[in-house]
Amino acid sequence: MDGLAHQLIAGIATGGIYASVALALVVIYQATHHINFAQGAMATFSTYIAYMLIQAEVPYWAAFFATVALSFIIGVLIERILLRPMHNAPVLTHVGIFIGLLLAISDLCGWLFDYTVKSFPTPFDAGGPMLGGLISGHELGSTAVTLSMLILIYLFFRHTSLGLAMRAAAYNPVSSRLVGIRVGWMLAVGWGLAAAIGAVAGMMIAPVVFLEPNMMLGILLYAFAGALLGGIDNPGGAVLGGFAVGIIENLGGAYLVGTELKLTLALIIIIGVLLIRPNGLFGRVLVSRV
Amino acid sequence: MTALLEAKGLTAGYGQTAVLHGLDFVVEEGGITTLLGANGAGKTTTLRAICGMIRTGGEIRFGAERIDGRATEDIVRRGIAHVPDGRGTFMEMTVEENFRLGAYIRRDPEVVADFERMFAYFPRLKQRYRQQAGTLSGGEQQMLAIARALLLRPRLLLLDEPSFGLAPLVVQEIFGIMQRIREEQGVSILLVEQNANLALELADRAYLLETGRIVIAGPAAEIRQDEAIRRSYLGY
Repeated sequence: MDGLAHQLIAGIATGGIYASVALALVVIYQATHHINFAQGAMATFSTYIAYMLIQAEVPYWAAFFATVALSFIIGVLIERILLRPMHNAPVLTHVGIFIGLLLAISDLCGWLFDYTVKSFPTPFDAGGPMLGGLISGHELGSTAVTLSMLILIYLFFRHTSLGLAMRAAAYNPVSSRLVGIRVGWMLAVGWGLAAAIGAVAGMMIAPVVFLEPNMMLGILLYAFAGALLGGIDNPGGAVLGGFAVGIIENLGGAYLVGTELKLTLALIIIIGVLLIRPNGLFGRVLVSRV
Repeated sequence: MTALLEAKGLTAGYGQTAVLHGLDFVVEEGGITTLLGANGAGKTTTLRAICGMIRTGGEIRFGAERIDGRATEDIVRRGIAHVPDGRGTFMEMTVEENFRLGAYIRRDPEVVADFERMFAYFPRLKQRYRQQAGTLSGGEQQMLAIARALLLRPRLLLLDEPSFGLAPLVVQEIFGIMQRIREEQGVSILLVEQNANLALELADRAYLLETGRIVIAGPAAEIRQDEAIRRSYLGY
């Protein structure tokens, strides 16, 4: 029973990471209708920035927030410089850009920071195992961080004027321009936000999986599975989907298929969802009367 | 009366196809001007050209300033609100969110009072306030679209066939409200309509478009009286 509870809690902890990356995918998907394959590589790059700052003896939380801010700026720049000129390009051009971005950023990480696996600090170590060994300090801390971030982002989109404008620009760019929203900038801010979310996820998972240029590759797959499971056009659904995948992965890995086949589980979820419910469990069905 | 909007030699089109072949027209401050014409005459294209939604040639002046070639959002921010065909509301969002988006560029404290003013014009929108806009009836959606546009506090309101697809009673209601809006809000209106009879009743000035050219211009009352024009162009 303790084993089950532990797997469940570990599942929620990694689920928080998947949920964050899934949300980052959805934010960009809603605005561009494309999956940003480079999301994971961007997050890894951000984590390297944090690593560098921490190596330079910047205090952890200062490095954390500086990394989030820098990642936001990098995200905005990627949209402005790389994607804006391609705004009306066909789908395959976008896919090409995203894959190119994925490879370029991964290689940049390897080139700048070399390919050796590095350990990344956690600020939550002090406690050691808690609640009778059920949960480690890092699991508890990272879950708290990802959950607070998700709640903050929810509040941002629901209750601020900028959040509303960003949703409007994603759903309906033509009408958005007609109410004076600068749609191009909203897209750029969306990229910045996605990059910042990814940075948090990267910094929270790095102490567990260790830092190397392809650190986020598997995580991106799980997150993608989560986003599809919940509904790629539904932020709340994608977050729930991310948590669900985290739990399924852990329980499945422990009791069903073993750790070697855990990633396969993610792929089975992707295929299963696409076959049975292409819109995801909470996919938006737009009601419309004419 | 002074001209609020003035177009000179306005051309526009889609890709290689030219739709407007040099229009000259004026929308007067405080008045209702109507653009009439058959399907494909270029009415909708004219409104799109004013808003910078398509490439244009010639000159468009709004107040003292040239606005042709500017981005749509910049034109909107200067005080031109456009209710496009298909209405341009945010279907996925609630009526409340549509209201908030309508007033998005405004930072003045009058916004709340303006929400109340819209409820006074369109009481049904108050009942539907928390509902998704896509679930509204056609008439309610048109009302929402007009309310959304008025919440910008525009100096000029462009309306593209507000009667389209609506029951005659609903159309009467909306046109009645437009009359009130003109009187109470001091907003000038450029109205595109297929229902010429209705539009001429409301408007001060009318232009008749035929395949991208203005063929007749004049006071609405005169055009309405002119049997020859009515027979050959307006078909009633």
